[in-house]
Amino acid sequence: MAQVHLRKIVKEYEGGVQAVKGIDLDIADHEFVVLVGPSGCGKSTTLRMIAGLEEISSGEIDIGGSIVNDVPPRDRDIAMVFQNYALYPHMTVYDNMAFGLMLRKFDKTEIKRRVENAAKILDIGMLLDRKPKALSGGQRQRVAMGRAIVRDPAVFLFDEPLSNLDAKLRVQMRTEIKKVHQTVKTTTIYVTHDQIEAMTLADRVVVMNHGNIEQVGPPQELYHHPRTRFVAGFIGSPSMNFMPAKLEGNGAALTLHLPDGIRLPIPAARTARYAPHAGKDVLFGIRPEHLTETRQTEHRANVAVFEAAPEVVEPMGMETLLHFWMQGHEICARFDPAVEVSPGQRVPMAVDMDQMHLIDPQTDLVL
Amino acid sequence: MSATAIPASYTGRKLGSLRSERRWALWVAYASLIIACIIFLAPPFYMLVTSLKSSAEISNLSGNPWLVKAPTLENYIELINNPLFRGFFWNSIIITVCVVIISMVVSVLAAFALARMKFWGSQMLATGVFLTYLVPDTLLFIPLYQIVGGLGLLNSIWGLVLIYPTLTVPFCTWIMIGYFASIPKELDEAALIDGANWMQMLTKIFIPVALPGIIAATIFAFTVSWAAFVYPTAFVTTPDQMPLTIGVVSQLIRGDTFAWGQIMAGALMAALPPVVVYAFLMDYYIAGLTAGATKG
Ligand SMILES: Nc1ncnc2c1ncn2[C@@H]1O[C@H](COP(=O)(O)OP(=O)(O)O)[C@@H](O)[C@H]1O
Ligand SMILES: [Mg+2]
Repeated sequence: MAQVHLRKIVKEYEGGVQAVKGIDLDIADHEFVVLVGPSGCGKSTTLRMIAGLEEISSGEIDIGGSIVNDVPPRDRDIAMVFQNYALYPHMTVYDNMAFGLMLRKFDKTEIKRRVENAAKILDIGMLLDRKPKALSGGQRQRVAMGRAIVRDPAVFLFDEPLSNLDAKLRVQMRTEIKKVHQTVKTTTIYVTHDQIEAMTLADRVVVMNHGNIEQVGPPQELYHHPRTRFVAGFIGSPSMNFMPAKLEGNGAALTLHLPDGIRLPIPAARTARYAPHAGKDVLFGIRPEHLTETRQTEHRANVAVFEAAPEVVEPMGMETLLHFWMQGHEICARFDPAVEVSPGQRVPMAVDMDQMHLIDPQTDLVL
Repeated sequence: MSATAIPASYTGRKLGSLRSERRWALWVAYASLIIACIIFLAPPFYMLVTSLKSSAEISNLSGNPWLVKAPTLENYIELINNPLFRGFFWNSIIITVCVVIISMVVSVLAAFALARMKFWGSQMLATGVFLTYLVPDTLLFIPLYQIVGGLGLLNSIWGLVLIYPTLTVPFCTWIMIGYFASIPKELDEAALIDGANWMQMLTKIFIPVALPGIIAATIFAFTVSWAAFVYPTAFVTTPDQMPLTIGVVSQLIRGDTFAWGQIMAGALMAALPPVVVYAFLMDYYIAGLTAGATKG
């Protein structure tokens, strides 16, 4: 088990493409850290540099107290699970898991003990004699994890391990991965483009964009206190609504002027924070779950109400999503399915102003 | 669901025409196959028939040459007891075994390097390897004569062992590059992380995974070196160093006396090993030639 530290890591591919632009990250022992971000943002590159599969252009990687920049993958004490599983097709499940130990000259009984232990954790004991060809996607994924577990490495690295599975299995395996981590407690770095996977698995989420880290924090913190417009929009599903607005008023009372003449009072607790920006154009950010039918929020303070006519109504079962457009910006609201709304019908919407965000459109930083 | 909307007569005609089209295609296919079979099997059949005849029956022009009246194994027995013929056979075996081993070792290592270790010029080198395959041996034997002569290996099976790989290595390497390239990159990375070095990666992952390709390449090397004709004709002069291909034609013809029965029997026996190899490994051969190109 080990800590991992990244110091000013840069990766420049031939041709001058900077895939990773100098990131710093400290990962604690036993921690489950998820790197998340849109496709092409440099997640895999970062992970592969930690694994030693990709050379580091500049910076330092420290695993378990030693700089590993020039250490080959096999001596870094890491194990990796790939998106396409990368099982050895000519070996049985048992041999796939035992291969790493055999190369490291473990004795037969120890190998057997470890493989059987991993098989028990992953519930694949009955598959040990099969070849990968004869396994389902989920089973292959388990074997790939088993191959990592038997090695008992300092760090687990996962690169989009669930992306090849269908939706239902993905949810199931997500739980499985979490369970395995709670059992073996190995420090884990997990890469995904799926923010739900990130939120559900991580102790801490690292949001990446364009080769940079946008924000690092526990899932709840990213959800409630995003620091940039990118994080605000990336975390949460459906994603946060953004509307252009103007902050009006003085130090005593601030009001948000939205398009269509909508006026929303800023909660008193936030006036001090937003006062310096009075008179400026801002972006008003509110999540769909904080833009709801009026009934639900009647009893709460700091709820502002406006009317809108949704153009699209999507009943999801446990909720109903309403979509309307405000000066070209699509806005999504999340209603209780018990409230019946038909498209085009004007309905009152309650905004939970305690959950609002204001973003400076110049810097894209959350105010 | 829209079947009810289509008049029954229309669907009937449609299906009928499809069925008759298919029948036509089958007819054409079978007819072509039968013609091809006759063309390709007629010579070996004629060889077989002739090899079973006595010299007297062969020279008797009255009968139908495609039929044998008094089948006899005397040609075969005579050949097997002929030390010269046994020598040819033995030479062919030694040459072929050595050439197959050399070809496979060289081409597997070369293909692994060219497919996986991205070094400067590896792409060009891979293309170059294939281009050398396109140069015909009828052109190459003149300069090669100089080289083999310089090495003092003229009129020796070891000279042949040395130069046959120029025929086999390029194509075998090409097959293996295609095969290795189709192995996903994550597989080597997983092996690398599991602790394998390059050699272990080759022997424990690449070779077993690419086994069909290796078998295909082996069969190719075997066939080429067993059937080689131009080089031994050019480089070997005495019977003790001759492989089957030229031994049979050069030693069983004395002056203008053609021992047809023995020539045919010898040629059939010479053709036997490739036939056996193909019969057992045909599926691998086809899979090996095609899989490298398509398997993702
Ligand atoms: N071998 C490579 N050569 C050049 N550019 C690459 C290479 N691998 C990745 N890139 C580029 O680096 C960027 C980051 O890639 P990657 O780390 O794979 O992103 P992701 O976050 O989707 O995993 C992308 O723009 C990609 O095009
Ligand atoms: Mg990736």
